[in-house]
Amino acid sequence: MEKRYFRLVLSGHIDHGKSTLLGRLLFETNSLPKQKISEIKTASRALGRDMDFAFLTDQLKEERENQMTLDTAQAFFRSRARNYAIIDAPGHVELIKNMITGASQAQAAILVIALPEGMQEQTLRHASLIGLLGIKQLIVILNKMDLADYKKQPFKEARGKILDFLAGLNIKPAAVIPVCARNGANLSRKSSLMRWYKGPCLLRALNSLRLKKPGNKKPLRFPVQDIYEINGERIVAGKVASGVLRCGQRILLLPALLEARISAIKIFGESPKKAEAGKNIGIILNKPLPVKRGDILADKAFGIRLSDRFTGEVFWWSQEPLRINERIALRCASQQVHCVIEKIEKRIDSSSLKIIEKDAAGLGINEIGIVVIKTETPIAVEKFDFIEDLGRFILERNFNPEGAGIIT
Amino acid sequence: MGKDSTTLLWITRKAFFGQIPFPVIHIDTGFKFQEIYAFRDRYTQEWGLDLVISHNAAAFRAGVHPEKGKFRCCHALKTEALKNCIASYKFKALLLAIRRDEHGIRAKERYFSPRDNGFKWNYQKQPVELWDLYQAKLNSEEHFRIHPLLHWTELDTWKYIQREKIPVVPLYFAKNGLRYRSIGCQACCSPVNSRADTIRKIISELENTDIAERSGRAQDKEDAYTMQKLRSLGYM
Repeated sequence: MEKRYFRLVLSGHIDHGKSTLLGRLLFETNSLPKQKISEIKTASRALGRDMDFAFLTDQLKEERENQMTLDTAQAFFRSRARNYAIIDAPGHVELIKNMITGASQAQAAILVIALPEGMQEQTLRHASLIGLLGIKQLIVILNKMDLADYKKQPFKEARGKILDFLAGLNIKPAAVIPVCARNGANLSRKSSLMRWYKGPCLLRALNSLRLKKPGNKKPLRFPVQDIYEINGERIVAGKVASGVLRCGQRILLLPALLEARISAIKIFGESPKKAEAGKNIGIILNKPLPVKRGDILADKAFGIRLSDRFTGEVFWWSQEPLRINERIALRCASQQVHCVIEKIEKRIDSSSLKIIEKDAAGLGINEIGIVVIKTETPIAVEKFDFIEDLGRFILERNFNPEGAGIIT
Repeated sequence: MGKDSTTLLWITRKAFFGQIPFPVIHIDTGFKFQEIYAFRDRYTQEWGLDLVISHNAAAFRAGVHPEKGKFRCCHALKTEALKNCIASYKFKALLLAIRRDEHGIRAKERYFSPRDNGFKWNYQKQPVELWDLYQAKLNSEEHFRIHPLLHWTELDTWKYIQREKIPVVPLYFAKNGLRYRSIGCQACCSPVNSRADTIRKIISELENTDIAERSGRAQDKEDAYTMQKLRSLGYM
């Protein structure tokens, strides 16, 4: 608990070597218990193969037999600088749902591209979803350099192409690294096979990424999770989404627009005077307001955007298309309302970022839409770039999440 | 009541300001360590828990035993016992202390994991989980497995136990050069060589070990995919 984990997601097209890269990285950083290594050797041998590093996270029987990651998994390793949690996401188009599940927890992404194939459909789709999920830090791996005889020219060409595409997403990668995951070249140390490469090895590039700071400097937003009556006290429970909450502070209850003061902050066994962004706490108010789950407590001194119409960028992953004016549930922090998509200004192919249609009537599977959303009652929203927790939402049909988006 | 369950209980007590407002289940196989039973009874009283003990007495009496097949034993005495318990209390959600780093199969889990009425984990069709927005409602016949500690590691658990001064079953501390890293049923757990007899020493041991946490747990090893089979049928 002393050091926080830096959370990474591995993304890229199927068969470009994500799981192998992860396995090899764990091996090189001595993160593997002996027993795991022998377990993988046995399982690899049972399927008639050499030691397959991908088996470390490909634990399902189906995954090993078909040599394909199906669901997201997580592994841990340590460098001298810090602890990492690395999320392996599947690269098949059918499994985009599992990929974004993994990616939404990450602070940075590694995008794996194999030579000689270069960028493929899922490479580009993953890159655009990483952008949409708000992950700003990215490292690009050009894998399977052995197939390019470790030469500079093919690397340079592939590098140019991916940099162009990422520029369109406003992403500037922290590094583009030539790698051979199978033998570990340029993973934990610079390889003598590619002396022409002047940049960092993967581990070094990872250590240079920055941890996201909690949003303490932003205005206070406290989405209400629940109300408990304990020993005659009415405790408002939730997590501070942004800002710092202090005893005595004047707050505004939304959407009711009522005012109150914080009389006490509750954490079991402690009596803190303030709570920073990310803290789970209880609050006692100085008067009995009609607070309920889904309300937002906000700093009275700062303006708040209470709105029933806003624009956003939506990614849709359900087989069943999202239709314009269809009544659907929207969840943003603890707020839940019904809404309709009033307008789809642009319907975009998530793998090429090309506009398929303007003023569209629906969004199909794996498409991105620039949309106008109309909610049945006003909710407290913010631009995603300003306060993430109030700037992102999911769309549910019959309790199933089928799309998600950010407010722009 | 291993270290992770105890940690989860502690966090749940904190979340509800000292008083857990729902029942706490102990799946009692009948084969647990004596130390576990003593620990359970003591803290049930001290923390004012509403304890439900679930035991598959029929299978136990019929002679189900780890030596006659671990898969069948785990399935009958744990999964079936849990199933009966959920059915009789009509629980809609269970909080469980599994972690992704314990086992590759558990790494595939979601924080809110739905189970159908046949109790099955449909690992090929799991819901999308974005940020902290979990699918939290279900159709009537299903229940949720909720895994608040999913992203924790073994080391995280111990550091949290140290920080919060949480009591744990004494089996974790070394005696005569041996200690348990993972506890469950007596017949299926073996100790590891260790001199770590304090929490501080355990943490330092874990920072330097290359032995897996569940290396002493027999049910993980019977065949490479036993855990997948057990879990797809509803095992924790």
